[in-house]
Amino acid sequence: MTSLLDLSLAEARDGLRAKDFTAVELTDAYLGMVEKHRGLNAYITETPDLAREQAKAADAALAAGTAGAMAGIPVGIKDLFCTEGVLTTAASHILDGFKPPYESTVSANLKKAGAVMLGKLNLDEFAMGGSNQTSYYGPAKNPWKAEGSDADLVPGGSSGGSAAAVSARMALAATGTDTGGSIRQPAAYCGITGIKPTYGRCSRFGIIAYASSLDQAGPMTRTVRDAAIMLGSMAGFDPKDSTSADIALPDFEAALTGDIRSLKIGIPQEYRPEGLDPEINALWDKGIDMLKAAGAEVVDISLPHTKYALATYYIIAPAEASSNLARYDGLRFGLRVEGKTLDEMYARTRAAGFGEEVQRRILMGTYVLSAGYYDAYYLKAQRVRARIAEDFRNAFKTVDVILTPTAPTPAFGIGANMDDPIAMYLNDVFTVPTSLAGLPGLSVPVGLSSTGLPLGLQLIGRPFDEETVLRAGDVLEKAAGFSAVPSLVKG
Amino acid sequence: MSLDRDTVRKIAFLSRIEVADDTLEPLAGQLSGILDWFEQLKEVDTDGVQPMSSVTDAVLRWRDDVITDGGIREKILANAPEAMDGFFTVPKVVE
Amino acid sequence: MTYIIKGETGDWELVIGLEVHAQVISNAKLFSGAATVFGAEANTQVSFIDAGFPGMLPTINSVCVEQAVRTGLGLKAKINKRSVFARKNYFYADLPQGYQISQFDLPIIGEGEIILDLPDGTSRTVGIERLHLEQDAGKSVHDQHPSKSFIDLNRSGVALMEIVSKPDMRTPEEAGAYLRKLRAILRYLETCDGNMDEGSMRCDVNVSVRKAGEPYRTRCEIKNVNSVRFVMQAIEIEAKRHVEVYESGGDIVQETRLFDPSRGETRSMRSKEHAHDYRYFPDPDLLPLEFDDAFVEAIRATLPELPDEKKARFVETYGMTGYDAGVLVMEKETAAYFEEAAKGRDGKQVANWLITTLFGGLNKKGLSITESPISPAQLGQLVDLVNDNTISGRLAKDVFEIMLEEGKDPAVIVEERGMKQVTDTGAIEAACDAVIAANPEKAQDVRDGKEKLIAWFIGQVMKATQGKANPGMLQEILKKKLLG
Repeated sequence: MTSLLDLSLAEARDGLRAKDFTAVELTDAYLGMVEKHRGLNAYITETPDLAREQAKAADAALAAGTAGAMAGIPVGIKDLFCTEGVLTTAASHILDGFKPPYESTVSANLKKAGAVMLGKLNLDEFAMGGSNQTSYYGPAKNPWKAEGSDADLVPGGSSGGSAAAVSARMALAATGTDTGGSIRQPAAYCGITGIKPTYGRCSRFGIIAYASSLDQAGPMTRTVRDAAIMLGSMAGFDPKDSTSADIALPDFEAALTGDIRSLKIGIPQEYRPEGLDPEINALWDKGIDMLKAAGAEVVDISLPHTKYALATYYIIAPAEASSNLARYDGLRFGLRVEGKTLDEMYARTRAAGFGEEVQRRILMGTYVLSAGYYDAYYLKAQRVRARIAEDFRNAFKTVDVILTPTAPTPAFGIGANMDDPIAMYLNDVFTVPTSLAGLPGLSVPVGLSSTGLPLGLQLIGRPFDEETVLRAGDVLEKAAGFSAVPSLVKG
Repeated sequence: MSLDRDTVRKIAFLSRIEVADDTLEPLAGQLSGILDWFEQLKEVDTDGVQPMSSVTDAVLRWRDDVITDGGIREKILANAPEAMDGFFTVPKVVE
Repeated sequence: MTYIIKGETGDWELVIGLEVHAQVISNAKLFSGAATVFGAEANTQVSFIDAGFPGMLPTINSVCVEQAVRTGLGLKAKINKRSVFARKNYFYADLPQGYQISQFDLPIIGEGEIILDLPDGTSRTVGIERLHLEQDAGKSVHDQHPSKSFIDLNRSGVALMEIVSKPDMRTPEEAGAYLRKLRAILRYLETCDGNMDEGSMRCDVNVSVRKAGEPYRTRCEIKNVNSVRFVMQAIEIEAKRHVEVYESGGDIVQETRLFDPSRGETRSMRSKEHAHDYRYFPDPDLLPLEFDDAFVEAIRATLPELPDEKKARFVETYGMTGYDAGVLVMEKETAAYFEEAAKGRDGKQVANWLITTLFGGLNKKGLSITESPISPAQLGQLVDLVNDNTISGRLAKDVFEIMLEEGKDPAVIVEERGMKQVTDTGAIEAACDAVIAANPEKAQDVRDGKEKLIAWFIGQVMKATQGKANPGMLQEILKKKLLG
C-alpha cells in the first residue's frame, strides 16, 4: 500500500479517475497511517466512519462521472474549522463538547468537491502559537527528528497538526489557517508546502476567529501543484463573509506553466538581519540562484518597516482576539464553571477554559484597547501596519514576486521557548509582514539543515495574484527537488 | 511601560478572567516585558498615516431584507451547558 | 417657558439630553437573516450569528441602512456617506458576542434638529448630535426561577437607531415634547413604530443642573425609561436629587442610574469597581459602510410630508392655529383622518369637531383614531348638516353621540329620529307665541329692558320644539315679537 501513500494529490486524483484504485482503498491506506502514527498527536478527533462513507460516495461520483476536483482525496481539517456534527475544539478546553450545528464555508466547499475528511487536526489553542504547544490536547509532534537525536521536535504552529499529518502521510492534504504565519511556518518545519492566500480569497465563515483582519485559510500539501488544486476547491466568494472578495476564481493549477522567464523576483535586504542563521542565508541564496537559473530576473528591494512588523502584529492580533474570544463565556456552548454570580461564572469559566498563552493575549489585547492606551498602542500599530503594507505596494511596482526565508530556524525541541513569549514570537518574523499586508505567501521546502531538518523558502505575491506565486513556487520546488521524508515515513 | 498589580487586576476583570492574587505579580512582569518590546514602534514616523483596519479597500456589501434564518431553537440550545423551557440559563442577575 | 428649582442657595436650571433607541422597522435583523417580529416564543428568532456562535460573521441588511438614512433626512441631519461599525466590548448575559456592533467615531448620521411645539404655542429647536446604527441585545428574564436568569435572544441583533440629542432641553415638558415629536417623525417616516410598551422605542435620559450662566455640571444617565410620563418624572426627581446633593455640600458622580417609578426615586446601577471600559475599535468583520448621493436622493424622493411641513400647510390652508395644527399632525393617522373629513369643507370647523368632540368621544371609549366608529366622511357629513341648517349645533352633539354608538350616517340618524331642524317660520312663531302668552310677566320684563331674559325664552321655545327650532330664526322672531 506504500505506493498509494506516496502519490501526490494530483497523482491520486488522476489515479482515481483512471480507476487504478478506489477512494475507499486510498482512504483506508490513510486511516491506517492515522492509527499507526497516533503518537504524533496530529489529530484531536478522528472520523474514520465518516471518511469511509465519504470515500464510498466519492467512488460512486467517480463512477457516475460527476466527481468534483477533490473527489476521494483524504484530507485532514484543522480543528479551527467548524464541522457540522463533529466535535470542534480550537484545541481549547473552553470548547469542550462543542459540536457545531453548521459547517464552515471552506470545509463545505471541500466536501462539495468530494474530499474525504479523516478527522480534525491539532493546533495551538485558538491558533495562538507557533509550535502547537499551547494545545489543550497536548502538542502535536514533528515527524522529523534531527540526525542522531531522538528528541521530539515541534511541528510549528499554529497549524502544527496539519503539517505533521501531511508530512507523516496521515493525510494527503490538510487545511490550515494563517494569521501571522500559521500555515507557512509549520509547512517549513515539516518539509511540506503551504500557501496563505490573499486575505479575502477564502471565506472566514465558520472558521473560529483569532484575529479577524488577518485570519485566512489555505491548503497544506505535499507539492505546489497539490496546493493549487486544493486552493481552487477551498477558495471563492462567499456572501456570508463581508470581507470575502467578490472576484473570479482563477484556475490555479493552469497557472503552473513552469515558465518564469522575465519574472522579476524581489529580494528584501531587511530579511537578512544580523545574526541570521548562516544556513538560512545559504538556503535563501540557493533559492535565488535556482530562480535565476530558470530565467527570472532578481532585483534587490527594500521593505524598510519589516523590523516593526512583529510588534505591530502582537498588538493588533491580541486586540482583535480579546474581543473575538469574549463569546466564550460558558453560556451557550462549551465549558462552564459555575459561580455564584454571572461575573464569577464568566471569570472562572474563562480562567479554567483558556490556556496560559490565550489568557496572556486576551489580557494584552484588552490592555492595548483600553481607555488611555488605545492611541499609543492599537492606533499606532494600525498606522505602522499601513506603512508596512505601503512598503509592499512600493516593492510590487518593480517586482512580481518576493522571495524570503519562511522561518529563521528549523524546527526546535518541544519545551523550548515556553517561558519566553517574545522569543517564541520571533519565529514569525518572516511571515508576519505578509499577513499584515494581506498578501499571498507560499512556503516551499527547499533543503535540509545540517541536522537534517527541512527548511523552507517563502514566495510573496501581489494581492490576488496567487497564480504567479504558485507558478514561481512550482519552478522553485522542481529546481530544489526536495524529496526527503521523515524517517518514520521511510521506515 | 510597566504594569502594576492593580492594572493587571483591572484588565483581568475587564477580560473576565479570574487571576489568582499570587500570579498578578509575575503576570504584570510578563506583560510589562511585552509592552517594553512594543516601545520600538515609537521609532516609526506615522504622521499623517491613516490607521489601517482592513487590508482591503473594498466597502461593505449589503444583503436583502429577507428572513432566511431562525426557527432553529433546538440547534441554538443544543450545545448549551444549561437551558430550561427554551431559554439559556445563568446564575441570577441582580441589577 | 422656564423651569427653575428654587434651592436654598438660589435658582437651579436643568440641562437635559436624551438618547433614544429606536428599533428599525425591517423584516430581518441588522446582521443576520432572522426575523424581528415582537412577541415570538423565546429563542425562535435566533440565528447562530445572533447567538454569537464560533466562526459566525455579520452581513449588513440594506433596508436598515436605508431606514437610517431616511430617518436622518427626516431629522434634517447630515448624512455621512461613509461610516464605520465598531465593537463596543462588555460582558453581559444577553450580549452573546461579548460585544455590541455599533458605530463610534464615524456614525451614519451627523447633526440634525427637531422642532418642539410647546403647549403655550411657542416652538423651540433641539439639536440632534448624531444617529447611529447598532445591534440590540437579547433579553434577560429574572422572574422565572428562584436562582436563575433566563436568556432569550430573539431581540439580539435587531437593528436599532440610537438617536442622541444635544443637551438642549431645559424642562421636563420639553423632554416630553421632544419624545413625542421624535416619535411622530419616526412614525411618519415608517422607520420605527414608536411603540414604547413593546420596547421598540426606549429612552436614556441625561440630566444635570446648574446655576444660571454656569458651564455644564456633571450629568447622570438614567437608563431605560420607557414612557413619556416616566421620562418627565425621572427628570424632575433626578434634578431635585442633584440640587439636594449640591446644596448639602456633596458632589454628583457621573454614573448610570435606574428610575423606579413605584418608589419615585432613581438609584445607582453600577458600583465603581464595575466601571466599564468599552474598548471601542473598528469591527474587523465589517468593512466601511459607503453609499453615494444618488442613494440618498432616491430616499429623499420618497419622503412623506413630515409633521412640521404638514402643520405649516394646515395653518396656511385651513387657517387654524399653530397649536391645533400641531395636535392634528402628531399622529399621521389623525392628520389623514382630518384631511379626509375636511375635504371640501371648512377645515377650521372640522378641526374643532375633531379636537374637541371626536378626541373626547374616542378617549372615553378607549379607541384610537383608526378604530373610530365614525368615519372621516361621516364626521364631515355631520358638519354639513349643521352648516345647511338641517340640524342645530346643539342637536349635532346628540347626533354625534349616537354616531359614536351606532356608526350610522348622521343623515340617517336625523331622519330616523326626526331631529331635523324646524325652519318653518310659521311653526316657530306659533311656538314663540305660546311661550310668550304663558309668561306675560317675563315678557313685560324683557320689554322693560331685561334683555338677558331673551335667552330664557329661547330655551323655553327650544324645549317646546325638542331643540329642533333653528336658533338663528328663533332669536330673530323672538326679538321681533318681544321688542317689536
